[in-house]
Amino acid sequence: MIAAIAVKEAGRRRHRGGALRVVERNTLAYRRMWLAFVTGLFEPLLYLLSIGIGVGGLVGKIPGPGGEPIPYDQFVAPGLMAAAAMNGAVLDTTFNFFFKYKYAHTYDAMLATPLEVGDVARGEVIWALIRGGIYSGAFLVTMVVLGLVGSWWAVLAIPAALLIAFAFAGAGIAATTFMRSWTDFDFVNLALIPMFLFAATFFPISQYPDALQIIVRCTPLYQGVAIERSLTTGQLQWTMLLNALYLAVMGAVGLRIATARLRVLLQP
Amino acid sequence: MPGARNPVASAFVSVASSEALIQGTNLSKSFGSFVAVDGIDFRVEPGEAFGFLGPNGAGKTSTMRMIGCVSKPTSGELRILGLDPAVDGSRIRARLGVVPQEDSLDAELTVLDNLIIYGRYFDLPRAEIRRRTEELLEFMQLGDRRNDLVDPLSGGMKRRLTIGRALINQPDLLLLDEPTTGLDPQARHLLWDRFYRLKRDGVTMVLTTHYMEEAEQLCDRLVIMDAGRIVAEGSPRELVARYATREVVEMRFATPEERDRSLPRLAEFGERVEALTDRVLVYTEDAGKVVSLVGDDGLRPESVYERRGTLEDVFLILTGRTLED
Amino acid sequence: MSTPPALRVVEKEWVAWRRLWKASVFQATVAPLLFLAAMGLGLGDLVNKGSGGVDGMPYLVFVAPGLMAATTMMQAAGESLWPVLGGVKWMRTYHAAVATPVGAGELFAGHVLWTCLRVLLSATVFLIVAAILGGVPSLWGILAIPAAVLGASVFAAALNGYAVTQESDVPFAVIMRIGLFPLFLFSGTFFPTSRLPDWLQPVSWFSPLWHTVELCRAATTGTAPSAGSVVGHVTFLVACLALGCWWGVRRFTQALTS
Repeated sequence: MIAAIAVKEAGRRRHRGGALRVVERNTLAYRRMWLAFVTGLFEPLLYLLSIGIGVGGLVGKIPGPGGEPIPYDQFVAPGLMAAAAMNGAVLDTTFNFFFKYKYAHTYDAMLATPLEVGDVARGEVIWALIRGGIYSGAFLVTMVVLGLVGSWWAVLAIPAALLIAFAFAGAGIAATTFMRSWTDFDFVNLALIPMFLFAATFFPISQYPDALQIIVRCTPLYQGVAIERSLTTGQLQWTMLLNALYLAVMGAVGLRIATARLRVLLQP
Repeated sequence: MPGARNPVASAFVSVASSEALIQGTNLSKSFGSFVAVDGIDFRVEPGEAFGFLGPNGAGKTSTMRMIGCVSKPTSGELRILGLDPAVDGSRIRARLGVVPQEDSLDAELTVLDNLIIYGRYFDLPRAEIRRRTEELLEFMQLGDRRNDLVDPLSGGMKRRLTIGRALINQPDLLLLDEPTTGLDPQARHLLWDRFYRLKRDGVTMVLTTHYMEEAEQLCDRLVIMDAGRIVAEGSPRELVARYATREVVEMRFATPEERDRSLPRLAEFGERVEALTDRVLVYTEDAGKVVSLVGDDGLRPESVYERRGTLEDVFLILTGRTLED
Repeated sequence: MSTPPALRVVEKEWVAWRRLWKASVFQATVAPLLFLAAMGLGLGDLVNKGSGGVDGMPYLVFVAPGLMAATTMMQAAGESLWPVLGGVKWMRTYHAAVATPVGAGELFAGHVLWTCLRVLLSATVFLIVAAILGGVPSLWGILAIPAAVLGASVFAAALNGYAVTQESDVPFAVIMRIGLFPLFLFSGTFFPTSRLPDWLQPVSWFSPLWHTVELCRAATTGTAPSAGSVVGHVTFLVACLALGCWWGVRRFTQALTS
């Protein structure tokens, strides 16, 4: 009886770090693929240079979130930063996650140890946060260097980016647990590409007719774009709290669904 | 010795010596309407090598997954190390070593990293892991491949790595699901040698296989499974003595008609006759006698082969099918 | 009468594609059109208000041919990298095909040809929609289609040759990100190359995408600096294509018959 209790206590103390072991495994794997990791940042950067600055000069100034006019590059940059957080989170929680759970049996190996399904889901989300955070952090530094940051509130842009990453990571793994083959992944692009283009990343929401504005306001990326733009320009809005709540709920619900689905898929 | 466990740690887990390490009572597992495991009872004692022998689809892997605490039993009772997997699955898995049927090695990591990260899954301290990985690499003869990725390794090496990985936490119980399936004889014998050594060190082993030679060589006790049920139980020798005969004469005939004509006569020569698609088996305590009777009687088989009775024969007699089916 | 070997490869791809077309239609046709809508209309409105258009034309007219060339390039890359590696490594279908009378060279040609057909389809759809939106003022615009296909074929040839000897697809994403994607920057896709810093402008001349963009834009707008410039762009692209094919056939032969 006493012996059994001793085993349980020892087990419980160890168990809490489970999700971090999953993160540790990803860091070990990416040590060899650091170039692929680093170049993930290039896309938002190139958009910033080509459209933000290249085309930006042709646009001049446009109204910011609070109504005050700002240069176009300062308008676009935070939108791209939100997109960078989204992409950083989604890559590993969709394609790579699918490959690992379905073909590589990576998680089957983990689940034969004290790790649980919840550890796997939380671990992959934490990893996505790290990745999204690194990309956004590097992007923010670039913005500062290029003189595109207008306010000290921009310090909060990193935590905001982590929130964006959390939302998309949770939704990403949840969605992936429902995919059955590689062709289903085109649905991922079907969601990501229109959001990237139309969620007020490149032009203000006021460009849309009212009916479309409502739809755009409901998209996940828009929440992130709105928060980041307000923070980097310093034009804060109270609606940012609603945006943040949306993202937090999206991530949490996604995580819950993913954990339940993984249990069904990996431990029938 | 890589398999040697920390005696203090295992003292916590090994409860009273009369209690079995694994106890399954009326254990069942269904997937929807398909019944994979149908009310089986079994015990595994500490320190023994226990086998589940049966053809593909007999329910062996499903049973192993339940013992490995990665699959919930549909009904019945299961106790491992004195604990209930539904409640203490994580704790039990901390004391297990699992070698699954399908390799689940991490293709994005090197051989060494595979061992290290697996040790980290058990939350072992890094220094301790480094020490153990050195021992395991040597034990499994993979030392010179430590910095290679997993993909280019041969099947035998991958299996050795999987086994080495399963030992990183110095488990009390090692679960081996078809450990040598698909390997060439040389690789197989190397693995069997490693298993003997682990047995000597007192590691309890549970293995599933459809190779009767493997079951005979490695297992102290085994159960024979077919279609989710246990049809026989005992040590290899006991099973052969109880269900089969000491010797067997295998004969092939030129045509099926000739074979059929010979069957009634052959049935009189031995204790039992089994007709397979390509051979006839005559079970007897004295093969030499049967062979001479065959010759005297004027029956003309194309080939005659004498051998001893095996677990394959036990299975055939109990179920009417061969293990290969 | 037997089908020429290269066309037999095209046939096999058609059979496989028919099963997957629903999924891939998005990447090849819908995504570029979404880019057109976002950049041409949404952003375009801001550009037109900010500086009255680009080089004397509304932004939609400027960016439509640029996007056409760029997205066909990306499509060609997608067709030439992963499926080729898949054929060689994962499904080993290429090795099986080479064992038949279809040789390595024909396999290469067939696959490039197939990619060109797919690009032809998506370029045509793109042009029609762009025209409906008002982004193609000139009837010469129809020549933008062969121009886009020519440009895409250069990348198809080169990337086929690259992918066939690769061991894993990890470098592919890197190539897309640091090789192809930056081409968007200095090939006149979104903004005229005249807006680039002076030292960077000559780089455009070496970008096959720039030549394709210039050709497509000349076609859709009906104007070009001179007849000579058009000939120059075409010559450059044809030369690149020839080089790519020579190299690609060599690599295919090397990879599949050794």
